[in-house]
Amino acid sequence: MATTSVMGGSVRRREDPALIQGTGTYTDDLQPVGLLHVAFTRSPIAHGKITSLGTSEAKLMPGVIAVFTHDDVAHLGPLVAQVPIGKLRPLLAAGEVNHVGEAVAMVVAENRYQAQDAADAIDVDYDVLPAVIDLKQAASNEVKVHDELDSNILHTWTYHGYWEALGLEDQTPQVDAAMERDDAVVVTLEMTNQRLIPVAIEPRAVMSEYNKGYGTFTVHSSTQVPHALAGAIATNLGVAVSDVRVIALEVGGGFGCKLNVYNDEILVAWASRELGHPVKWTETRREASGSTIHGRGWIGTATLVGTKEGEFLGYKLDAIADMGAYTQNFTVAIPLLGLWIASGQYKMPVGWKVDCVVTHTMTTDAYRGAGRPEAIYYLERIIDAFAHEIGMDPFEVRKKNFWQPEEFPATMGCGFALDSGSYEAAVDELIRVSDYTGMRQRQEEARAEGRLVGIGVGSYVEVCGFGPAVLAEIGFSWSSYGLPASFNGSGQVRVNPDGTATVIIGTGPTGQGHETTWAQIVGDGLGIPVENIKVYHGDTRDHPMGVGTFGSRSIAVDGAATHGATQKIKEKAAKIAAHLLEASAEDIVFADGGAHVAGSPDKSVEWAAIAKSAYQAHTLPEGLESGLEAETTFSPGNATWPFGTHLALVEVDAETGDVELLEYHAVDDCGHVVNPMIVGGQVHGGIAQGIGQAMFEDAIYDEAGNMLTGSLLDYPLPTAADLPMFDLHRTVTPTDVNPMGVKGIGEAGTIGSAHTIVNAVVDALTPLGVKHIDMPVRPKRVWQAMQEARV
Amino acid sequence: MDVSMTVNGNPVSGDVEPRTLLVHFIRENLHLTGTHVGCETGYCGACTVHLDGKPVKSCTVFAVQAEGATITTIEGLASNGELHPVQEGFWERHGLQCGYCTPGMIMSAAALLTENPNPSEDEIRHGIEGNLCRCTGYHNIVKAVEYAGARIRGEEPPAPDWEEAH
Repeated sequence: MATTSVMGGSVRRREDPALIQGTGTYTDDLQPVGLLHVAFTRSPIAHGKITSLGTSEAKLMPGVIAVFTHDDVAHLGPLVAQVPIGKLRPLLAAGEVNHVGEAVAMVVAENRYQAQDAADAIDVDYDVLPAVIDLKQAASNEVKVHDELDSNILHTWTYHGYWEALGLEDQTPQVDAAMERDDAVVVTLEMTNQRLIPVAIEPRAVMSEYNKGYGTFTVHSSTQVPHALAGAIATNLGVAVSDVRVIALEVGGGFGCKLNVYNDEILVAWASRELGHPVKWTETRREASGSTIHGRGWIGTATLVGTKEGEFLGYKLDAIADMGAYTQNFTVAIPLLGLWIASGQYKMPVGWKVDCVVTHTMTTDAYRGAGRPEAIYYLERIIDAFAHEIGMDPFEVRKKNFWQPEEFPATMGCGFALDSGSYEAAVDELIRVSDYTGMRQRQEEARAEGRLVGIGVGSYVEVCGFGPAVLAEIGFSWSSYGLPASFNGSGQVRVNPDGTATVIIGTGPTGQGHETTWAQIVGDGLGIPVENIKVYHGDTRDHPMGVGTFGSRSIAVDGAATHGATQKIKEKAAKIAAHLLEASAEDIVFADGGAHVAGSPDKSVEWAAIAKSAYQAHTLPEGLESGLEAETTFSPGNATWPFGTHLALVEVDAETGDVELLEYHAVDDCGHVVNPMIVGGQVHGGIAQGIGQAMFEDAIYDEAGNMLTGSLLDYPLPTAADLPMFDLHRTVTPTDVNPMGVKGIGEAGTIGSAHTIVNAVVDALTPLGVKHIDMPVRPKRVWQAMQEARV
Repeated sequence: MDVSMTVNGNPVSGDVEPRTLLVHFIRENLHLTGTHVGCETGYCGACTVHLDGKPVKSCTVFAVQAEGATITTIEGLASNGELHPVQEGFWERHGLQCGYCTPGMIMSAAALLTENPNPSEDEIRHGIEGNLCRCTGYHNIVKAVEYAGARIRGEEPPAPDWEEAH
C-alpha cells in the first residue's frame, strides 16, 4: 500500500463547495424571527460638543422600537481595549464627538430602511471645535486633542527602551558616531506611509440573541477573534464570560480590521437583552470609514549611514504614528510590532523612535502587516536611496549586509532573535527566476528610446506567529477582556467511534483555508483520509482557549498545537492497535486509513476498528482509559520570522505620469508549507494589498477632519485590470520554533511589496533626478515629481 | 407595492416599497442570501445577478424595476446537480478565499464566457473589473475563468501553477 503524505499537497479546499454555490452563511444572512435592525446616527464633524440631541421625533417613526444615546449606556463604561493607553471610546458619544463618523445615537427598528430613516431624523446640534489632523501639529501639542490627556503623544516606542526588563543598549550613539566618520555616506528621506482603509468586501455585521431564562447571549459576529469578543461583551456588560457565546460563521475578509472589538458589537449585545429580541447591525460601506479601524498613517524620517563600498553602519527612524482619536484593542501597540524588524534582514545598529499621537480621526489598529509594512517600508526605501547614492546594484548592497546562514538564530539589538534565514539564497533565486540581467538590459534599451522603465527590488523580514508567552507581560493576551491566557495555540483532536476525526481549533479564519489545512495536518499524522476529518472553528462554546487569527499566527501556533494533539492521539492509538494486532506499540505505523505493523503491511487494522475499540473499554489493554481525544496547547519560545525579496518592473508614461506594473516576481520563505496552493493565494492577496497602498489607496482627511475617501468611488481598490499575474517562488528554510517548521505567510506578501513598487518607480525616474515619491504613486503625483525634478 | 418575477426558474412575488433594492428583495424576501452586499455605490459587484440574461448589480436596481424579469442568482447557476464550469473552475483553481465577492464574481464571469467563450487574459481582466476582490489579487480568479472557458469549449484546461494537486 502506497503512503501518500498530504503535507505539502495542494489539496482542493473543502470550504469552496458552499461558497461557490452561495450557501455559506455570513452574519448578515441571519434572519431569525423577530429580528430587529440597527442604524447609527453618526457625527458629521471631527470635533465638537453636542449641544442638543433630539430623539423624540425619531422614536415616533414607523417601525422604530427604541432609540438609545449615551445616557442609556453610560453605566456600561467605555469600550474595553486590550492595550488601554489613551482615551477609550465611549459606546455612544458622551457629550462630545472626536472624529467624523463617531456613533452618537443608536436606532432599533423593524427593518433596515426604517432604522436608517429614523437615524437620519435624529437632530443633533454641535458646537464645532478645532480639529487636529496634521501629525506634526498633533505631536507639537499646540492644540490638545483631548482635554483630559496631558499630551497628544500617548506613547513613544524606542528600539532600546520599549521593555525596560530587557535592559537593552541604546544604539543611537553608535549610529551617530558612524555618521561622523570620514568615509560615511549618509542618506536621509522624509516619507509618508499613508493611512489606509482595510475594506474587507464583507462589511462588518453583528447579531445578538439573549435568552432571558438562561441569562445567556448568543452573538454572531463578523470577527477574527470570537473569544476576545465574548470576553469584551462580558466585561462591558458585567456578566460571566461563560454566559456569552460568540460564533463567527463565514467571515468575508478581515485583514486585521476584524481583529478588534467594537462599540457596535457591545451595543448590539446589550440591546438584545434590553429589548428581548434578536438585534442585528450591518455596516454600510460609507459608514465603515467611521466605524471600522484604519491602518498605517505614519510620517517619518529615515536615515541610513554606510560606506561607499556598501557596508551599512547604522539606521535611524524618527516617526510619528497616527492613533486616531480613540484607543481600541491594539491601537498603541502596532508600532511595536514594526520595532522588532526595524533592522530588517541586516546586521547593523538601529536608533528607532516612533511617537504615537492622537488626532481627531478614526481609530487606527492592525491592518495586514500591522506595523511591519511601515517599518520595512522606511528601511527598504532608504536602502534603495543609499544604493542609488553609491551607484551599487540594489541586490548587491543587500547581500553585502544580510545576516549569514551560520549566524542564526541571530539576536538583534531589540532583544529578539531571528529564528532562521537564507536571505542570500532567496535573492539569488529571485535574480534567476526574474531574468534580472536580461531585465536590466531591456531597461537600458528602453531608456535609449526615452522610455521610463524602472526595476524595483525590495527585501523584507517579517515577525509573526504570536506568540511567546512572556509577551503577555507587555500586553499580548486578552487579559483586558477577562481572558488572561497568553497567545498560546491550542487544538483539540478527537477520533470518533466510526473512525472519522473531529478537530476543533480556536482560530478565526477569514478565507485562509484553515479547515482544509488542519485536515491535512491531522490526516498526515494519523493516516485518516482528509475527507474523513472535519474541522470546526469560530464557536466559543466548542473551544475554551481560542485566541483568534491575526499576526499570521494560526499555522505556527495553533497548527503546532493541533500537531501536538495529533501526536498524543497517535501514541494512544498505537497502544490500541498494538493490542488488536498483538504487536508492540513501537512497531505500529499509521497510513492509508489504518495502522499496520512496520514491515508487515498485511498485519493491519482499519481506523474504524481502532476507534471502535477505543470506545469499548472492555476491549482495551489494561490501564488504558476509553476514548480517543487529545487537547494540547503550544507556547512558542519565539515568534517566527518569514522573509523574502520581491522585484517589480514598471513603466512610467512620460506625458501623464501613469505607472504601469508590467511584472512582479517574488521569492518568499515561510519554512515548510502544508498546502502550496493556499500559501500561494495568501502571497497573491498580500502583494495585491501592498500594491494597493503603493499605487492606489489613500484614506484622506481634510484639515477640518472631513473624510474625503469614504466610498469605493473615492478610495480605489485595485481591480483585476490593474494587476498582473504574480510570479511566485519559494525557498524553504524551516524554523525550530515549532515541530512542523512552519512560519506563517498571511501578511508577508504585503510586507514585501509597497516599497518594491516605489523603488521601481523611483528607479524609472532616476535619470530625471527624482529621489522619492510618496505613496500612492498616482499619475498626478508622479507627473509633478517629474516636473519638479526637471526644474 | 406588489412585484413579481421569475427567480432561478421559480415564479416569485412580494410586497415591497418602491425604494426596496432588488438585492434586498432577493436576500430578505426570497431568503436567497448567496447574493451579497459589499457597498452601496454600485462599485464592488458582490451583488451581481443575471437579469434577463445580462449581469447586473442588483444593489442599483429597484425590485420594482425587475417586474416580470427572469433573474438568475448564484443559487440557480448549477443545473441538475452539476456545477457550472465557472463554479468548477473556482474550486479547481483556488479562485476564492473568503468567498464574499465570489457569487458576484462567478455571475460576472459566467456572463463574460457566454458572450466570449475564449477570452484572453486581458479580456478576462477587463471583463471582471467591475467585481472587486480583496483576498486573491485576482491571479487565481483569472486562472479559474481560463479553466472554465476551456471546459466550455471542450478543451483540456491549463495545468495549475502550484505544486502537484492531490
